[in-house]
Amino acid sequence: MKADPNRVLTGSHYLDGNHACAEGAIAAGCTFFGGYPITPSTEIAERVSRRFPKVGGVFIQMEDELASMAAILGASSGGAKTMSCTSGPGFSLMMENFGLGIMLETPCVLVNVQRGGPSTGLPTLPGQADMMQARWGSHGDYEVIALAPDSPQESFELTIHAFNLSEKYRMPVLIMTDECVGHMTEKVVIPPADQIELVERKYTKKKPGEAWPYDPDDDGISPLLPVGKGYKFHITGLTHDERGYPVITAKAHEWNVKRLMDKVNDHVDDIIWLEEQDVDGAEVVVMAYGISSRVMQPAISRARKEGIKVGQIKMVTVWPFPEKRVRELAAKVKSLVMVEMNLGQVFLEMDRCAAGKCRTHLVGHFGGTVHKPDEIYDAIKEAVK
Amino acid sequence: MSVSANQMTEEHPMEKLLRMDRIPHIWCPTCGLGTTVTALATAIDDLKLNYDNIAVVSGIGCTGRVAGYMKLDSFHTTHGRAIPFAVGLHIARPEMKTIVFSGDGDLVSIGGNHFIHTARRNVDMTVICVNNFIYAMTGGQVAPTTPLTARSSTSPYGNYEHPFNLPRLAASSGATYVARWTALHVRRLTQAIAEAISKKGFSFVEVIAPCSTLYARLNKLGSGLDLMKFYHDNAVIKHGADVNEVDIDFQSKIIVGKFVDIEKPTYLECLNEGNERVLGDKYKPWGGCNGDN
Amino acid sequence: MATTEIRITGFGGQGVILLGYIIGKAASIFSDQHATLTQSFGPEARGSACSAQVLVSDSRVLYPYVTAPQLMLAMSHDGYATHKDSMIEECTVVYEEDLVKPFDHGPKAKTYGIPATRFAEELGHKIVLNIVMLGFFGAVTGLIPHDALRQAVETSVPGGTEELNLKAFDKGFEYGMELKEKGEVKV
Repeated sequence: MKADPNRVLTGSHYLDGNHACAEGAIAAGCTFFGGYPITPSTEIAERVSRRFPKVGGVFIQMEDELASMAAILGASSGGAKTMSCTSGPGFSLMMENFGLGIMLETPCVLVNVQRGGPSTGLPTLPGQADMMQARWGSHGDYEVIALAPDSPQESFELTIHAFNLSEKYRMPVLIMTDECVGHMTEKVVIPPADQIELVERKYTKKKPGEAWPYDPDDDGISPLLPVGKGYKFHITGLTHDERGYPVITAKAHEWNVKRLMDKVNDHVDDIIWLEEQDVDGAEVVVMAYGISSRVMQPAISRARKEGIKVGQIKMVTVWPFPEKRVRELAAKVKSLVMVEMNLGQVFLEMDRCAAGKCRTHLVGHFGGTVHKPDEIYDAIKEAVK
Repeated sequence: MSVSANQMTEEHPMEKLLRMDRIPHIWCPTCGLGTTVTALATAIDDLKLNYDNIAVVSGIGCTGRVAGYMKLDSFHTTHGRAIPFAVGLHIARPEMKTIVFSGDGDLVSIGGNHFIHTARRNVDMTVICVNNFIYAMTGGQVAPTTPLTARSSTSPYGNYEHPFNLPRLAASSGATYVARWTALHVRRLTQAIAEAISKKGFSFVEVIAPCSTLYARLNKLGSGLDLMKFYHDNAVIKHGADVNEVDIDFQSKIIVGKFVDIEKPTYLECLNEGNERVLGDKYKPWGGCNGDN
Repeated sequence: MATTEIRITGFGGQGVILLGYIIGKAASIFSDQHATLTQSFGPEARGSACSAQVLVSDSRVLYPYVTAPQLMLAMSHDGYATHKDSMIEECTVVYEEDLVKPFDHGPKAKTYGIPATRFAEELGHKIVLNIVMLGFFGAVTGLIPHDALRQAVETSVPGGTEELNLKAFDKGFEYGMELKEKGEVKV
């Protein structure tokens, strides 16, 4: 299915990452946005509130982030494509119903424009320290999908991609951007609507009375049941069976949770998106995501000019973690380097997957500003020793 | 009209609205919830509503399980979040009747902020709050509705916090319809639920209901039947009563009736009118996304 | 890869961010360049000192912040004084001459002053001070083509104010060209 031309601002624009993200949501067909103001994400809500009335859609400023997340699940259950945006403190509040979205298997998109934490931290300055919260922030076992844009252009494109993944895999999808990208203004090229491919929500083909809400197709994904069409279905945040009925047993729990995990784990090849450069034959491979994958490039170019065999992997998706690829590389390279604006989060996954087969280096940062290229360059020099 | 014993055992009169494959339910004998659910089912029937067009949303707790027993599109959400979930659902499907059915702890303690803001916005939905004065599912803890001096497992020497007066809370937050009945007043409760569902805007029905297992036991009030007798002797019907005067003290008179019934534009009416007024033809009115699936 | 790092400083309300936005837009949308704008956020952007950074380059900007700016547009003395020492020695400072008094620059620095507030007032509204500065900057630096800057002004200012803003731009640009012809560089 192609995007609706009435919702796509085709052309070249000078936009910041947050505005570009809002345009991506509108182009993707988002018609419900429940949000709560929080720096540095608010421009997304502001743009959506201005644009929705003219393209069709409801923006509602909820009373808090708990309500925002609950409302986007409710509206998605009603058939809308839905989104919310927030930053650290609000992300913490949203984790409650993010888990409900995972459990109910409700498509929606949640954007975290990361700032420095913990607590109120640095509202106006960037961080990437919510990455493990994105992975594990709600209680229980589950898999997540998280994307990290490095520019306003990617903020637009990855928002559309996030909606597509959320519909395809019937689950909330996270966009883990940051203050730097959110408030950075650059050229954003929005293509014509007929060049924007959208994934349609998969509804059951069965008739009312014959369909259950958790009855997976061969791909492991259960088609949704539409409300108001006589299916009279029930869904619950409790552990449930294929009928959506609560079943409080270990056996039911295994069936339920395994399915939530499998639907991501069985499709990692489709979901994981890495952009690799000069990795073959490299002695050192530098990995990063979001803004860090961008600021690492001058350092990598400099090292390469000096003859260091250094490759790079930009992780467009951070979760699920590219476990297989890291294991392969660990067997071949001298060192793996992770550049991230926190004190070692995704690094821990890289280190785990390297499993002692190569050295691992963290180029961490407290946040508040992005890495200086020199810090990354020095780490590469160290890693190649 | 005579009913054979056979019919009585084989066919529940509310079968078409209940998930019979989930019966028996989990509620204790003499719990007020069964009566309240019957009142809802009867009200839906009396209104001759299309069952396909009704959604029930619940939070967590004993009352939170109601959604799971109604044979309607039904959503069992997280603790306190039934109302904001329902706000989203209603906006996506304004043509449907959205009914939130939950308990006092769920709706006015952990969900209190959502309750007042949704009433303020006058979102077109019905909220039925079963008030048993206690957190029952978790074992009888003090609630924001527990009367002064009443005992609970976390107010073992008697509650010393002032409780909410729910009709006042709803009315002062902006509800267009506010009524209170007890689980004893089945017909009046049924009628109130029917009125609330028909009412445009945020309508609220408080149902005072017995919790024999915890509230009655911890306060030595006897059985569930004794509580029903108490309602019989102490409920005072006072339609149009000033909501400032309907507080509930421990084992005091309980004033019941319809307290508020006013007209006010709903959230979606205000949204469409407000945007149309400013944007004119440029505004794309919101009618929900029923056509999308 | 040639990148020009630009720092813009002023008070909140002078249109510092819009000025940065128009420079970036002119370069990246109306000229064949890349431009990244970042800005200070928070209370400081809503009142007192305010600053924006623009990086203009012939290839993709990778590091999004200024490190050693070549160019400064200064509309407040405090902002100027705060940031002047981060500039390179061969820097160019374009400043509002009634609000900023440049000091202690080496012989390689170039400074260009304009009474932009007075010009803006003469044109009818003090609010276009930033656009007068923009025209002046365009003329004295030649970093971004005149037409690209003018188009960016036209498409960025509030509807109904295009004429006033274009006049402001032209005024600043003319003054800059005159100054350049005279070779007048005040330090």
